[in-house]
Amino acid sequence: MMTWFDIGGIDDIPRRGARCVKTPHGKIGVFRTQDDRIFAIEDHCPHKGGPLSQGIVHGAAVTCPLHNWVISLETGMALGADEGSVKTIPVRVENGRITLGLGEILMAAE
Amino acid sequence: MTERLVVIGNGMAPGRMLEHLFEVAPDRYQITIFNAEPRVNYDRIMLSPVLSGEKEFEEIVIHGDGWYIKHGITLYKGHRIVAIDRDAKTVTSNRGVTESYDKLVIATGSVPFIIPVPGRDLPGVLSYRDLDDVSAMLLAAQSRAKAVVIGGGLLGLEAAAGLAERGMDVTVLHVMPTLMERQLDPAAGYLLQKAVEERGIKVRTKANTRAIVGNGKVEGVELDSGEIIPATLVVMAVGIRPNVGLAREAGLEVNRGIVTDDRMVTSDPDILSIGECTEVDGHVYGLVAPLYEMAKVAAAKLADGDDKRFIHSDTPTKLKVTGIDLYSIGDFADGEDREEIILRDASAGIYKRVILQDNKIIGTVLFGETGDGAWFNDLKKKAVDISEMRDTLIFGQAFQGGASADPLAAVAALADDAEICGCNGVCKGRIVSAITEKGLTSLDDVRAHTKASASCGTCTGLVEKIMTLTLGERYNPAAVQPMCACTDLGHDDVRRLIKAKALKTIPAVMQELEWKTSCGCAKCRPALNYYLVADWPAEYADDYQSRFINERVHANIQKDGTYSVVPRMWGGVTSASELRAIADVVDKFAIPTVKVTGGQRIDMLGIKKEDLPAVWADLGKAGFVSGHAYAKGLRTVKTCVGTDWCRFGTQDSTGLGIRIEKFMWGSWTPAKVKMAVSGCPRNCAEATCKDVGVICVDSGYEIHFAGAAGLDIKGTEVLGLVRTEDEALEAIVALTQMYREQARYLERIYKWAKRVGLDEIRRQIMADPEKRKAYYDRFVFSQTFAQVDPWSERVSGKDKHEFQPMAVAAFKEAAE
Repeated sequence: MMTWFDIGGIDDIPRRGARCVKTPHGKIGVFRTQDDRIFAIEDHCPHKGGPLSQGIVHGAAVTCPLHNWVISLETGMALGADEGSVKTIPVRVENGRITLGLGEILMAAE
Repeated sequence: MTERLVVIGNGMAPGRMLEHLFEVAPDRYQITIFNAEPRVNYDRIMLSPVLSGEKEFEEIVIHGDGWYIKHGITLYKGHRIVAIDRDAKTVTSNRGVTESYDKLVIATGSVPFIIPVPGRDLPGVLSYRDLDDVSAMLLAAQSRAKAVVIGGGLLGLEAAAGLAERGMDVTVLHVMPTLMERQLDPAAGYLLQKAVEERGIKVRTKANTRAIVGNGKVEGVELDSGEIIPATLVVMAVGIRPNVGLAREAGLEVNRGIVTDDRMVTSDPDILSIGECTEVDGHVYGLVAPLYEMAKVAAAKLADGDDKRFIHSDTPTKLKVTGIDLYSIGDFADGEDREEIILRDASAGIYKRVILQDNKIIGTVLFGETGDGAWFNDLKKKAVDISEMRDTLIFGQAFQGGASADPLAAVAALADDAEICGCNGVCKGRIVSAITEKGLTSLDDVRAHTKASASCGTCTGLVEKIMTLTLGERYNPAAVQPMCACTDLGHDDVRRLIKAKALKTIPAVMQELEWKTSCGCAKCRPALNYYLVADWPAEYADDYQSRFINERVHANIQKDGTYSVVPRMWGGVTSASELRAIADVVDKFAIPTVKVTGGQRIDMLGIKKEDLPAVWADLGKAGFVSGHAYAKGLRTVKTCVGTDWCRFGTQDSTGLGIRIEKFMWGSWTPAKVKMAVSGCPRNCAEATCKDVGVICVDSGYEIHFAGAAGLDIKGTEVLGLVRTEDEALEAIVALTQMYREQARYLERIYKWAKRVGLDEIRRQIMADPEKRKAYYDRFVFSQTFAQVDPWSERVSGKDKHEFQPMAVAAFKEAAE
């Protein structure tokens, strides 16, 4: 069963920007596009593990800060001539709050 | 365990072999390459355009350093292998590195043939084989003196044309009665000689060299007749020999080349050989197409893949001298059982000859008009019976079947399997399907995906015609290189329109200039952000989401996602208290690496992002500000100790360096700017390879610019000599502002200067006091908004969200 984990408000992320969420399984990048859509993907480029949440967000894609791979936020797939993918994480936005579907074992760390 | 593959040689053949290998068996081998040349893999066929000045070395690099990193290849640059131990299965380089292999590929290429005449060792005698030869020729060409090229074949004529293009007085000596006699019949050889002579190059045929004469250096070439032709540069381009010494010493079977079977395996089953050093089925090769075929076969063998075998085929010869069109393939000797069809047009300098045997084409020589070369070659390859079109055959493809003489129609009529790119063996159908399936619209894309016209480039016209046929009006070959896929406009147009239309935000630029994407991409957004910062310093609000991570968080991202921090040390001068503060910060935050940089300051590496504001707070208390080591902006001003301490110093170089740095820090520029001030011409601050440098002399300050010491190495150019520090500062600031206003994003000063012209820059900065003052004033105005320490801003809470995770999740069990 999927549990939904509250990570914060939509305005905590700048437009065309991203934040990261730490989990025991690694970091998750949470992205906000120009038109306020929210996406979450593993914060780990399939190329050399670069932190995708630090990249430039454009359209529904992010360019990795290490070697400029472009990753689709919608599918997690590398775009252009590169091949590889990252996991996408389910996201819900309700009343300006963002929750991630992380699986039942997780809860907020105090 | 992964097998170890060692490759000796880093030319075009092994590079291509590895590309194929990565396609079929990407993780099969751990790869090590030894390259006797101190550089990456480049397109050797394109050395002639580099010599003539039509291309730069960077444009002919096939695999940049990144490619080797991406594929985990260990590349030893400048290592020549001196021994192969086949029992131990190891190779050893001249610099003492020994590597063991499971499979070894020998690709040592060829060595130029040096004719054994007296004087061949004199300084000034060169061969024409690699980039070092070209660099040496370019240096010699600066004198604009006399050069002699020995050898009237493909290489010799390309060298001669390049040297003539560079202003040298060139004579070509050729032993045979006509030029390129192995590829051209005498009639075409004659036309070629005329075309070469029209470029001011003297040609002497039947000229046998007896000696190269000179006292300590080359002074001339002596012919058999006793005549001496004066020259300060002699280029020997009489041919190449397979480079087989290493293989022979290792006991491999060697004939003219290293003997292999048709799967490129030598007499040792674990050793393959490809490239010009290889002999297969009695043939050795010097043109790229068969070498690329060897690469394909070897890759299949190494991957234990399909059973590819090397089959001999003829390769067309083309000369890469702009304005001389020449094409030849196959057998063109006369013979009893042969017929020929000839077309001559003396006034247009056109000669076409097709040689037939049993109504089939066996050879073709074209001069002056070579557009039908691919078609004739196609007919030859397929052994088409041409009796029905015999009357019009020589007029070319456009005249067959009543089609018009439109060159596009000729390409349209080509069959899908007609070869377009001989170097890479790419046929028309593959180019068309790559264009339609992958949506390619630029020549560069087509080259990247199909390799067509990516080697010697002579088929570029054909490829462009195929693009026109496939894409229609969507292909515009004359268009400038667009900034990125989001727009058709180039950088210069965008910069001009930003000023002309007074566009002051990124959305305004994208709307008014009809961007094709909603919010740009990682290429155009940082560029637009810079252009707007530079053009509207008072009005534009910097868009941090359009900056690369380093400029967004004011530190340098490292490969593991941590950051490095470099505080400013003005002019490279520090103190006990500053060093103590750094030591305390290093201890407090357990910073793993502390390193002295090339710009005379201290780098702290491996800092966690969350720690950055606290690190900066401590550094700020000691008086440090950001060193902008991450910025497309002013980095460092390196200095020597000058008159303060040095017994040779002529001026206060340290003081001037600090003054420049304090005046200019914080400014954003199109690419990074590094400066230096040396107190005397001994130049201890290495000012003559910087973006901007100053050499102090007794009479004042010599200002330099446009140097480089990175991917490219280039000495600076002199901007001018000024008398006082104030004048030096004004000129440097004005130069920087001119660069800020005109250059394309990511274009370093030396590239910008080359594009706009050194004289133009000198004219505006040194000879036009009003212009200089105006540039200076605009820089000073812009600095009033730029000189804010970004670290102290962030210590006070700006962009807090950048440095903290949004949330932290943990296992339920762990939290309970």
